[in-house]
Amino acid sequence: MASFQVEVRVSPRADLLDPQGKAVEQALKRLGFAGASSVRVGKLITLTLEAPSREEAHRLVEEMCAKLLANPVTEDYSFEVAPLPAPAAREG
Amino acid sequence: MRAGVIVFPGSNCDHDTFHVLSQIVGADTRFVFHRETDLSDLDLVVLPGGFSYGDYLRAGAIARLSPVIEALHEFAQRGGLVMGICNGFQILCEAGLLPGALAVNTCLEFRCQWVHLRVENAATPFTSSLSPGQVLRIPIAHQEGRYIAPPDLLEELEENGQVVFRYCRPDGSLDLKEREAPYNPNGSLNHIAGIVNRQGNVLGMMPHPERASEKVLSSEDGRAIFMSALAAVGAAR
Repeated sequence: MASFQVEVRVSPRADLLDPQGKAVEQALKRLGFAGASSVRVGKLITLTLEAPSREEAHRLVEEMCAKLLANPVTEDYSFEVAPLPAPAAREG
Repeated sequence: MRAGVIVFPGSNCDHDTFHVLSQIVGADTRFVFHRETDLSDLDLVVLPGGFSYGDYLRAGAIARLSPVIEALHEFAQRGGLVMGICNGFQILCEAGLLPGALAVNTCLEFRCQWVHLRVENAATPFTSSLSPGQVLRIPIAHQEGRYIAPPDLLEELEENGQVVFRYCRPDGSLDLKEREAPYNPNGSLNHIAGIVNRQGNVLGMMPHPERASEKVLSSEDGRAIFMSALAAVGAAR
């Protein structure tokens, strides 16, 4: 078993209105950031995961996203899986 | 009619709904704890409003993993009547008992106000004592009530008459303004306030009929929805 650091990014689907992103965009423009556009507000979910391999970790995170972390009707997701040093090395 | 009101951690309209079902509608009513797995004694199961699991992750996303939801799938498959109000509607969508999803209101605000609803389909077990085009006055109280479905699904819902209630003006007309349409208070696609599943025995609606079932609360329009369910159960026996 190895440990992995997982970051899941969930954002409103690109083809849907994101009122929060719109409000933030307007606020940025009011602050003078005239070049800011296409603002979307989503969420970042981080976790550590025990899995036999990186491939298996990928598969598990994909399943987590499909079953719970994102709602396909309203949200898109992407994720990164990075190996963590073995516990002994970390305590080292 | 034997009715059950599911109590999730964070439900807060469970007692109001229980009161209306037992005292106003006259149904034999019990609370159903979210860990229960046997609904076989019930004719109608209501998922009440509230903030189950604090709306963490997404409204309804955690509640739909409760043991009672598995039993609810079986109950609905057998033809039992299921009604989700507000958070209950969100849970039914997350559980896959109803299609689509409820996103944050376009105004980004929590909206607590009276709205008008037009009855689009009076042939469901929940609307049989209403007439098509009838306008109901019922309150809403939510921040995530913007009904969303992909275009093909939306078309399917419309074709099958699954859209039961639409937000409208007091005269029944739709507020067609693209932005800041006060009579579509959350920006729902096609002004959708309530839908049923294909079979018609599962209803989800954002407005709160239990808050408009007694004269003292200034509207009794919501009572007709519960009374329709009562009549449907009686007719099925």
